[in-house]
Amino acid sequence: MSILISEQTTFIVQGITGREAVNLTRECLDYGKGARVVGGVTPGRLGREVHGVPVFDTVAQAVEDHGEAIDGSVVTVPPAFTKDAVFEAIENGIGLVVIVTERIPRRDVAEMVELATLRGARIIGPNCLGVIVPDEVKMGGIGGPARDAAKAYTPGPVGVISRSGGMTTEMSSTLSAAGLGQSTAVSIGGDAIIGSTYAELMPLFEADDHTRAIVIYTEPGGRMEAELARWVLENDSRLPIVAFMAGRFMDEMPGMSFGHAGTIVEGKEDTATEKIARLAEAGITVAEEISQIPGLIRERLEAGSGSAAGAGSAAGAGS
Amino acid sequence: MRFFEYEAREIVKRAGIPVTRYGFARTAPEARRIAEEIGGPTVIKSQVLTGGRMKAGGVQFADTPEEAERHAATILELEINGHMPRGVLVDPRAQVKHEYYAGVVWDGIRKRPVMLFSDMGGIDIEEVAEGHPDHVGRGHFSNLLPLSDYRAKQTIAQVGVTGSPLTRITPILTRLARLFVENDMTLAEINPLGELEDGSFVALDAHMDMENEARPRQKALLAELGVRDEETRQAREPTEFELAGEAVDAMDHRGVAGNVTEFDGNLGLVIGAGGGSLTLFDAVRKYGGRPANYCEIGGNPSVAKACGLAKLVLSKPGVERIAVMMSIVSNTRVDIVARGVIKACLELGMDPAEKIAIFRIPGAWEEEGFKILDRYGVEYADRSVSLHEAARRAVEKIQGTAASDGDAGPEGAAADGQARTGAGPDSFRQTTAEVGSEKEV
Repeated sequence: MSILISEQTTFIVQGITGREAVNLTRECLDYGKGARVVGGVTPGRLGREVHGVPVFDTVAQAVEDHGEAIDGSVVTVPPAFTKDAVFEAIENGIGLVVIVTERIPRRDVAEMVELATLRGARIIGPNCLGVIVPDEVKMGGIGGPARDAAKAYTPGPVGVISRSGGMTTEMSSTLSAAGLGQSTAVSIGGDAIIGSTYAELMPLFEADDHTRAIVIYTEPGGRMEAELARWVLENDSRLPIVAFMAGRFMDEMPGMSFGHAGTIVEGKEDTATEKIARLAEAGITVAEEISQIPGLIRERLEAGSGSAAGAGSAAGAGS
Repeated sequence: MRFFEYEAREIVKRAGIPVTRYGFARTAPEARRIAEEIGGPTVIKSQVLTGGRMKAGGVQFADTPEEAERHAATILELEINGHMPRGVLVDPRAQVKHEYYAGVVWDGIRKRPVMLFSDMGGIDIEEVAEGHPDHVGRGHFSNLLPLSDYRAKQTIAQVGVTGSPLTRITPILTRLARLFVENDMTLAEINPLGELEDGSFVALDAHMDMENEARPRQKALLAELGVRDEETRQAREPTEFELAGEAVDAMDHRGVAGNVTEFDGNLGLVIGAGGGSLTLFDAVRKYGGRPANYCEIGGNPSVAKACGLAKLVLSKPGVERIAVMMSIVSNTRVDIVARGVIKACLELGMDPAEKIAIFRIPGAWEEEGFKILDRYGVEYADRSVSLHEAARRAVEKIQGTAASDGDAGPEGAAADGQARTGAGPDSFRQTTAEVGSEKEV
């Protein structure tokens, strides 16, 4: 099982004729059981095809051509046009919008998120690589070409949530190598304001029977980790969480931005040290190195199930 | 990007918020002229992008234009936290009855802007929020719906302000909130907002921070304020090395090979991508290594760009070797980075096998990349070697000795790998970002 998407999910790619989007479309079609990419949108390019996917001028045309509501959209248009593209997707009934574009001003992101909330839609990103359900389907550039994605991701019990697209793959690959597969891996984006935070995705993983543990990648900047810690404490989550925090060196350099747009220490609450303390208070294990993550997950799974059954199913998960 | 106080006040003024009859001077005689025009006691304030002005002597009081000129001359020569002032602001010394605080920031959890208001102005809002939480009012507002005055009124009334101050401050806070949104600010703050003896209100100081990503669409405002494109307005001015890094990244539009930050160490880093770079930098320091720089590669840069970045790092004085490391790549090609860094060594007359301490980039086109590295005898690693292990090996090599278990601890590492910020953590003003979100969510 999975969260957010499955092999049934239909989606379009907005900005499909761009270089990166053409590659991304190929990758999604090739990966796992093959994504159901039912159309692409680039204004003025009606009638073209990208790897057999029909291109439309508007989202409305794509929906009409498909004959029923379309589940999702991957948005890859330039930053100045992203807000309009996302509004178009949401107002045409699309429920899941993955925004790949980076360098979008916060005001635009906040407007998109507010409209999505009004319409009951969900946004992943911006500045993210999307969502992958190992061996089944991926929506976005996550993991790269099908062949490379298959090397890193394997099905299993671990949900992965990461503020870095590349580190989603690095951590999943480490888990896979240790025989711990992933239920769903979500690259949530590196910006200060994003559509779905850790705490907002937790209920989905919580409701997914196949997910038995969570791994998160975090950075300094923002308060998403504090929000997650609070969620865990308030909801008595069944899922053990192991976190990895990068950018500890930034604590000495307030005001400097590194890595991602949202990665800037603006106050004491934003620092790596503070975040690690908050996570620990909520019972979230913080790994010093990525290579420790599989061992920590196993420990938590075994401790949680209190029997050999936990260890057994964890060990067997990668098969 | 941050604004100088004189710019921030101009922005406030444009939004229709009352300001004092201040003037900006680049020379001492100019400061005197402004003081003459004001015709009374003045305050001379250094215009620097750093905090702690008062403590450093960057704010002086003058009773006469002559005194204003003398103070201006001193302040213009005064370096504060490594910053030389751009000029001085000459402000009339107002008779203030009471000081308030008005600000707007983003709340990343609620994903909305939030107005902040306090009847305890003149001090840091974070201090007020910590020590006197009942003296901070907060009001989130929509990005889609028009902003109406009552939002500001509610926020101000939260701290018990009523009567004339309530009705007079309401439009000021609303205007501040509008300018925050319209100008793509990440911080808009009037502190203090002064209530004068006659009951009127005036902005006595202002702080503005604009989102870098929005600079292209705020070109008109920036041009009118005289902010040049090349002014980064970051926490510190870019070094020559960092400017050279920007030039490398601007060579062509394919991918990223930049975001270079200078440090003092001997191990050059050619690393990526965003999260990978953060992880690797930490890892190098954890094992006692001293990074010469931070940088980011990503998005499949050209060979020329990878080469340019590696050359820049290799040529940096004090760099003994470089480590080329990334988290697993899916878009960036391993062979292209390998070609770039080897080319850099060869063009500088260096032996790649000796200069490249380790190459750890697994992922797309790795077979091709590893073949090239084999040919030049460069030590490389695939995904079975973790980021931390790769960093450890690089550090071990540069130290020339077995680094035992290597873990020097973050404290030990920090002393050596100190960033060249030229400024301590307290030396510039930190924003009040999201100050109230914690209790509200």
